[in-house]
Amino acid sequence: MTDPILKTHALTRYFGALKASDAVSVDLRPGEIHAIIGPNGAGKTTLIAQICGGITPSSGRVEFMGRDITGLTTRARSREGLGRTFQISALAMEDSVLQNAVLGALGASGRPWRFFGPALKDSVLRDQAEDALRRVGLHDHLHKRTAELSHGQRRQLEVAVALTLHPKAFVMDEPMAGLGSGGSKQLTSFLDGLRAEAPILLVEHDMDAVFALADRISVLVYGKVIATGTVDEIRANAEVQKAYLGEDT
Amino acid sequence: MTFILLAEQVLNGLQFGIMLFLMAAGLTLIFGVMGLINLAHGSLYMIGAFAAAAVAGATGSFLLALIAALAAAAAAGALVEIVVIRRLYDKDHLDQVLATFALILIFSEGTRWVFGSFPLFLNIPEALSGPITLPGGIQYPLYRITLIIVGLLVAVGLGLLITRTRIGIQIRAGENDREMIAALGIDISRLYTLIFALGAALAGLAGALVGAIQSVQVGMGEPVLILAFVVIVIGGIGSIKGALIGSLLVGLTDTLGGVFLPQLFKLVMEPSAATNLGSSLASMAIYILMGAVLIWRPTGLFGARA
Amino acid sequence: MIRETHLNIGLVALLMAIPVWALIADEPFIITLMTRAVVFALAAVGLNIALGLGGLVSLGHAVFFGIGGYAMGILAHHAQTYTPLAEWPLLIEGTKSMPVIWLAAIIASTLAAVVIGILSLRTAGVYFIMITLAFGQMFFFFAISWSAYGGEDGLSIYVRNGFPGLNTLVPVHYFGLCLVILLAALFLNARLAKSPFGLALNAARQTPARVETVGLDPTRLKLVAFVISGAITGLAGALFADLNRFVSPTMFSWQLSGEIMIFVIIGGVGRLFGPVVGALVFVALEHLLGGLSDYWHIYLGILLLLIVLFGRGGLIGILCGRERVHD
Repeated sequence: MTDPILKTHALTRYFGALKASDAVSVDLRPGEIHAIIGPNGAGKTTLIAQICGGITPSSGRVEFMGRDITGLTTRARSREGLGRTFQISALAMEDSVLQNAVLGALGASGRPWRFFGPALKDSVLRDQAEDALRRVGLHDHLHKRTAELSHGQRRQLEVAVALTLHPKAFVMDEPMAGLGSGGSKQLTSFLDGLRAEAPILLVEHDMDAVFALADRISVLVYGKVIATGTVDEIRANAEVQKAYLGEDT
Repeated sequence: MTFILLAEQVLNGLQFGIMLFLMAAGLTLIFGVMGLINLAHGSLYMIGAFAAAAVAGATGSFLLALIAALAAAAAAGALVEIVVIRRLYDKDHLDQVLATFALILIFSEGTRWVFGSFPLFLNIPEALSGPITLPGGIQYPLYRITLIIVGLLVAVGLGLLITRTRIGIQIRAGENDREMIAALGIDISRLYTLIFALGAALAGLAGALVGAIQSVQVGMGEPVLILAFVVIVIGGIGSIKGALIGSLLVGLTDTLGGVFLPQLFKLVMEPSAATNLGSSLASMAIYILMGAVLIWRPTGLFGARA
Repeated sequence: MIRETHLNIGLVALLMAIPVWALIADEPFIITLMTRAVVFALAAVGLNIALGLGGLVSLGHAVFFGIGGYAMGILAHHAQTYTPLAEWPLLIEGTKSMPVIWLAAIIASTLAAVVIGILSLRTAGVYFIMITLAFGQMFFFFAISWSAYGGEDGLSIYVRNGFPGLNTLVPVHYFGLCLVILLAALFLNARLAKSPFGLALNAARQTPARVETVGLDPTRLKLVAFVISGAITGLAGALFADLNRFVSPTMFSWQLSGEIMIFVIIGGVGRLFGPVVGALVFVALEHLLGGLSDYWHIYLGILLLLIVLFGRGGLIGILCGRERVHD
């Protein structure tokens, strides 16, 4: 078995007396999609924020490509190659689709301190941005204002911005949220191919997508991982059924 | 430097600070509950002072003058809230700044139009004029002592209002969650008008009280407003306790710095240069204090939100 | 709806045509008024970079305007009194040369903007507004207490400073100089807005979390914008002081900070020519209404209130509609 790209060691986070993460240890191996599921309030968003930066764990650590990144800022983690998409689209709504993607390419270039030449005429940035947009299927909307995109297209743009960074691992917070079944299927097949490029830690509510995509699933309940395993193992797990799936299915 | 001089200056600082508190408390309450930054708060201070001066001039009664100040500022506050301010709650801070800046222009010029450009004078009431001898043999103006006591009473009253009364519960609920108090069946727009009028009345009271020891003139409110902002930055937005501590810190720093910094420099430099440098530095002391708090605690001493 | 580019071209034409007309009609006062508008516009172009691009509601931009003004005042004061500015560690003489004064104004306001920016950007939102306002007041009181340079009375400079090849005492010469600087600043602003830095700054205003996750530092982007903004407003301050041949602490006042912001708002936040429209309208109102009534600020207040409550996007927004997405 190969070494994991991303690994958390007993991440624990208190909010006052509430334990939002309780000794969470999950890992992400090359080429896989590892889904994190769990009911609302299970601590998925807190977990992501500890992995990507934003919330500091009370104890435990995060390891990425063999390096301890627990103390790094969000920016440093992103420069290390951690690509994140947001649950609620964090896009520059007044700007065009292309501008949002160029922002990603600009971040990847690490050279924002250029004050004169037009960003959109920089062929390196532009090629990278257009390439990412083409891959998610937004290439026909380059100059549309992001605020005018449909909900699904914004989700696609979220992924495209992450792509421009050529990350070594993706952390995606509910990319399917609010997509219709058509959009969801399209994104599912895209993510399916993406895993060969970089593994994906996928927090998702859409069970069809999770079962279709995941190599492994971890179930988070009240901040604790109650089970990790393949799709079949999770389906068969009695505790999971009781705690979570039982309510749904 | 004698003990008496020091004690006098500390009292001056307290008196200045406690008047700042009356301004800062209203501002911080309005921000905490409604999320509104109100630059026109200084105008309400001015309105209080002018109302007091006008009524005192006509009736000769200081008490009536104070009542007039409270009433005029509260009425102006309520009116402004209903006509303009409530349209700003959902807008961004830039719009709030501009609209309330516009209100300053309107209030200032309107007041100049009605009362003219010359300062008015408000006299200290007979009963409170003259000095009083405090323990330790300190002679201190009775009126200023009264200001400190009135200010502290208001602070205690505000504290009780917020922690003990129904309105206070509503105010605290409003700070946390607008929808919740709407769900509780509280008339939110009436609550907002009430809070705004309360903040305005405090500002008007401060204006009238201070008006008796300074001149009453157009533009008197804004320097105090900006100091109140410094107080809030130091104390933390939304916190009445922070406003009180911040006010006293600013009042003491400003007063003591103005007196003692030049003297301190005289120990190491020749007198005229020391006076120059000392008073220049003293004029900046509270802002340096603010800068230090920002480095140490960006959200202020008692502030929770960013 | 008018195309914004057409409006901008028209504005530049207007800026050139009015002084030419005034020259022919022998109305030097109009040229001075236009110079005032152009200098105010330059100050507001500075603010617009922080406010329009960076979303930084700075209510303390008079700090930079005042610093620019005092840079001129102090250098020219030493030149006209033949006293050195400093003798140690090296001898610094005063000067009557505009380019040197401008450079000093830009450097001094840059330094101030770095310090104020670092402190203020530790916070955001209303804190930022209150802190910038407070720093403005700090400089105001400092200038008042600084008796070496006139304290409350300010400094008078008897002869306008010189620029190689021009007679700056001729109003239209000085106007031309100011206009060229304004147009250069607008050009810089236009390029900046589309540059990689401008793109990142624009995003930092709208969604700082996204900017972080692409590996950029939104606070640092905003700081640089604030510094560029302060430097331009500082240069405007030096020009303003030379226009009046006078500097005083009022150049640091909060009213002036508010007015610089009003120029931006009346024209339209984030619009390239917003500051130009705003400053022209302001100076016109000041001149026309100020002649009719001593209390013209009431009308200014009402106009401002109406624009905030009903006319989002300022006058350019009303004339041209929403800004187009750049391509």
